Amino acid sequence: MLPALKISGLTKTYKGGFQALKGIDLTVQQGDFFALLGPNGAGKSTTIGVITSLVNKTAGSVAVFGHDIDQELEAAKSFIGLVPQEFNFNQFEPLMKILVNQAGYYGVERKLAVERAEKYLKQLDLWEKRNDAARMLSGGMKRRLMIARALMHEPKMLILDEPTAGVDIELRRSMWGFLRELNQQGITIILTTHYLEEAEMLCRNIAIIDSGIIVENTDMKSLLAKLDVETFVFDLKPNSAPKALDNLSSRVIDDHTLEVDVNKSQTINAIFTELNKQGLEVLSMRNKSNRLEELFVSLVGSGQASVDSAVKE
Amino acid sequence: MASSRNFIALKSILNKEIQRFMRIWIQTLVPPAITISLYFVIFGSLIGSRIGEMGGFDYMSFIVPGLIMMSVITNSYSNVASSFFSAKWQRNVEEMLVAPVPNWVIVAGYVGGGMARGMLVGGIVTIVAMFFVDIQIHNIWVIITTVALTSATFALGGLINAIFAGSFDDISIIPTFILTPLTYLGGVFYSISLLPEFWQGVSQINPIVYMVNAFRYGFLGISDVSLTLSFAVLGVFIVSLYTIAMVLITKGIGLRS
Repeated sequence: MLPALKISGLTKTYKGGFQALKGIDLTVQQGDFFALLGPNGAGKSTTIGVITSLVNKTAGSVAVFGHDIDQELEAAKSFIGLVPQEFNFNQFEPLMKILVNQAGYYGVERKLAVERAEKYLKQLDLWEKRNDAARMLSGGMKRRLMIARALMHEPKMLILDEPTAGVDIELRRSMWGFLRELNQQGITIILTTHYLEEAEMLCRNIAIIDSGIIVENTDMKSLLAKLDVETFVFDLKPNSAPKALDNLSSRVIDDHTLEVDVNKSQTINAIFTELNKQGLEVLSMRNKSNRLEELFVSLVGSGQASVDSAVKE
Repeated sequence: MASSRNFIALKSILNKEIQRFMRIWIQTLVPPAITISLYFVIFGSLIGSRIGEMGGFDYMSFIVPGLIMMSVITNSYSNVASSFFSAKWQRNVEEMLVAPVPNWVIVAGYVGGGMARGMLVGGIVTIVAMFFVDIQIHNIWVIITTVALTSATFALGGLINAIFAGSFDDISIIPTFILTPLTYLGGVFYSISLLPEFWQGVSQINPIVYMVNAFRYGFLGISDVSLTLSFAVLGVFIVSLYTIAMVLITKGIGLRS
């Protein structure tokens, strides 16, 4: 089966000489839910820009469902639905017109376009606003409008660039549910996000890009398995006055909070044994931070180091 | 399959463009009617009555075709310049750039929108003119062809202006400093045969002279220049401007980084 996306040796150097992409290779299989992560300025949006032909590449190749963007650009474009990072619709047009026009650009007949617009506006809870100008919408509604717009031609691959930026938690979770449903229907989804929890919750495969280089490209499980140490925070009864635990790396935060690092060779039971020895009673326990976040920081840090050393050479 | 898709895409861009200027009709359709009414009152009735005949017609009848053409030129140009630049500025031009819309469809859609506004305003101005003068028609096909080709020419010009423009100021510079002087010196208010020989020669490098005169021929049957030459000039301009617009959009100048 052809991959949904195949990128080979992609480079992009902007006019001022800034090299945003330094020869990246990436393959996304059909039906995947794929995360492209990276810090600001890493090259995520440039990569998406090249795939969707909003950015001219310097070298390399990109094929969408087997259609090379240099030879069959229009065919390649017809497979992609794009939800960009910034709002890019006409703020003065009503939602219905924005959606119907967008479908028209892909050759969808008006009658069918109106039916689809109704379907997606209802699914994304925007139906009541269908005749309002887009500028009247809240930030979260505008994000949902862009998702509806990207779906109007029923693409086989949906690319979302920071789709939940600035969206409240409740709405974010409902958008996750919607994206999961789309993926279950067979749509390949590529997602860039700053919310690493989002990538961990939704995506099966992941690539991490830093300074224009892919520093990691694997499945989520394998990536998380690389995590050596997890930190747990224990909330104890007030005034417990805990001490550091024997045989474990731990820190006393205050008189009722204790942080404990657990590596792969240790068990959670060992922590409780030590807590029992001190007669400490645990009210609750939680992960200190998102697991992916720790990996991300370590990978991006090492990526930066390798780039710095390459520049020095 | 592709041709049907392109046709629907073209229809979508055209609809969008026509709905845009119809939605803001008070800014797009009313001002030309008021401006032209003032021209008729001042240059036609008040001053024109003292000028006497020009080219064998009373002054009011003489300037009507030029004034209609002036509205067509200004509106075709400014419609595309402001609409396309606004789409760039709001970034909703990306809606078309990411879709499988061929570049010629984008050009045709915007130019078609500019032509629609130019010709609609031309029609409104013609109706206004009927209150001041008895409109006579010498050759309707010359009128239709000239107005269609002229509006296409200036819609293409507006598109190229918008592609290069980096700010709203940039889309008013060319209309103010180039288009308006060329129009006023393009034989709208006078026959170029009245000018000294040197200035008659200079006028012949002004393309608007050919458009105004071809249009006037359609109404009155008189022209300072040959009709064939007028259509040739229009043809050369359309082909050249279309080629430039296509090259710019294909290269992504001002549109893609």
